[in-house]
Amino acid sequence: MNPLPVLVGKAVRIASRLRGGGSAFPGLVVERLDPGFMGRALSNLPYGVVVVSGTNGKTTTTKMVVELLEGQGLSVFTNRTGSNFTRGVAAALLGEVDWRGRLKADVAVLELDEAHAVHFVKLVPPRYSLLLNVLRDQLDRFGEIDATTRLLERIALATTGTVVLNREDPRVAGLASSIQAAGVVYFGLDASLRSTFPNDDELRGAAGTAPASALPADVVLRSVDGNSAEFEVEGTTTRTDLRLRGVYNIFNAAAALAAARAVLGGTADNGRLFSSLAAVEPAFGRGESLVVDGQALELVLVKNPSGFRLGLKSFDPAGCATMIAINDNYADGRDMSWLWDVDFDSLGLGGVDVVSGVRAYDMALRLKYDDVRVGAVEPDITDALQQFIRGSDGRPKRIFCTYTAMLAVRRELSKITKVEVVS
Amino acid sequence: MSDAPSAGALTKAPADPSKGSLRILQLYPREMNIYGDYGNVLVLKQRLAWRGYGAEILEHNAGDAFPDDVDLIVGGGGQDSGQVVIQDDLQAIAPTLRGLAEDGTPMLLICGLYQLFGNFFRTQDGTVIPGIGVLDLETRGGTERLIGNVVARSDEFGEIHGYENHSGQTFLGDGLRPLATVLKGAGNNAEEHHEGARYRNIVGSYLHGSLLPKNPAIADFLLRTAAERKFGAFEDDGVDDSLADLAREHAAARPR
Repeated sequence: MNPLPVLVGKAVRIASRLRGGGSAFPGLVVERLDPGFMGRALSNLPYGVVVVSGTNGKTTTTKMVVELLEGQGLSVFTNRTGSNFTRGVAAALLGEVDWRGRLKADVAVLELDEAHAVHFVKLVPPRYSLLLNVLRDQLDRFGEIDATTRLLERIALATTGTVVLNREDPRVAGLASSIQAAGVVYFGLDASLRSTFPNDDELRGAAGTAPASALPADVVLRSVDGNSAEFEVEGTTTRTDLRLRGVYNIFNAAAALAAARAVLGGTADNGRLFSSLAAVEPAFGRGESLVVDGQALELVLVKNPSGFRLGLKSFDPAGCATMIAINDNYADGRDMSWLWDVDFDSLGLGGVDVVSGVRAYDMALRLKYDDVRVGAVEPDITDALQQFIRGSDGRPKRIFCTYTAMLAVRRELSKITKVEVVS
Repeated sequence: MSDAPSAGALTKAPADPSKGSLRILQLYPREMNIYGDYGNVLVLKQRLAWRGYGAEILEHNAGDAFPDDVDLIVGGGGQDSGQVVIQDDLQAIAPTLRGLAEDGTPMLLICGLYQLFGNFFRTQDGTVIPGIGVLDLETRGGTERLIGNVVARSDEFGEIHGYENHSGQTFLGDGLRPLATVLKGAGNNAEEHHEGARYRNIVGSYLHGSLLPKNPAIADFLLRTAAERKFGAFEDDGVDDSLADLAREHAAARPR
């Protein structure tokens, strides 16, 4: 093997870090010089490769799976920068491999964007995959959610060991019928929680009437009470407190538990899995708590109608100052129609202090039709944040934001307060 | 945690009982509501409430008996698989829908139901999915998906702003006039620069976004027509649409 591409890639990585540049560029360089680099680096891990995909919750769920496995003593490689493209994985690998391109880890847990995962699994067949959901995200990219389902199916078909599926999402659960090479396990919800998590077909009409699936699940989320939850594993129900906020994160904790248990096989220490889970902190921008002017400020990422609904349900608006920032850049999705499938009634009492982002007026118009009072509409996120912080009179603050709006909010907040930077 | 709200909770709009109430029917809210089509229903309901009228929101799902005394019909877009699910039911209620259309009932048909209210949809592999022939138009499956922001100009409604996402390309028959001329985007098909269709009191369009919030002129046309048919008049005190105007301005400045 020629070590030169790895060394060049590492040099580019160091150089681009010094320049404060993009995280994926060194990955592009090494992919061009040595297309086999990633496959080789990831081919000999004792526990193989775990791919986490789906439209929503990948980043936080990947973080949970990593910490659950680390808690069992495994050394885990992951693409922590959130660059969920193949070249992002290659770039992350460059930082970890030795000069011969060898990775020293027990297992790799990788978050992959649905479309890029399809390319990745051709290069590196995963031993495990965890497929979370197919929600109405990024229709401007994939056309139909049924098309997104077919992307996840390609991941499932490439998996050699076990595919972990969400039994409550009919499109994801339906993949089981096409899987032949791998085993299938499910994670799921108690029937009483079913209506809290409407799948994409249940947003309107007949909400929550679908019966809980009869499929047997390895991990079932039985109940949620604030930040405490009960999970059933192997017939035993365990209650645990979580630092993660948001009911969607708590359901994804069931997904992460099922995936970790699949990887560990018979060696899983369930007690330790729960203590690791209790310690997981939210990922970058996903229900993070910051402190601004001595008051808590929460960032809640919203990308589609189900996610925004769950975000609104998870966080009580009482006593809290609220801002919403909606961008329509490529990474957010350019189509604004999804805002009309979110119900904003719960914000009716306190109103929304500031609405911001490129599509601030679309958002304000949406709130007007739900009779929600809007304090100010300011498309510029810097100006909006200043107004929001100045006008919130020491109340705790919460900002619902799309992806690129979240990046902009964090950039501005870092000028005001200390913001944790991931990786 | 409360249950997910259902469309049934929408009938609470405050109304002046002396002004009366319109019955608005959403077709197939489960299968044909992929692009926020519910927003169109909400806009109609609220614009009535702001003027003191009531709104009764009805739903028609596959297998339901079609309700009587419907004043206004809204149909949305779905996935290809959703269109398959509703196909037989739509054919079963087609005579009723044709009767209502010819009689002048206002209707808003977006994307999937816009296509299915036409004569047929010929998919790329040559399969012909029959429509219900309310609108003299046909749709052919295309290789390219037409996706993005749209601005179009209509003599009747002014500039129309929305978002399109369709692979079917629609061609209008001789008896049908387009809703608008496309300024940005594709519209009905990639060859002509027409968007949507107008027939009697029907507005058909590929644009979602949702269509009505940012295009109140179309919303008010549908409401005025329905109210005049039912009550003989539409008492319109006007609605402040300054937020919609700003949303239109910002949408127009966005890339395709």
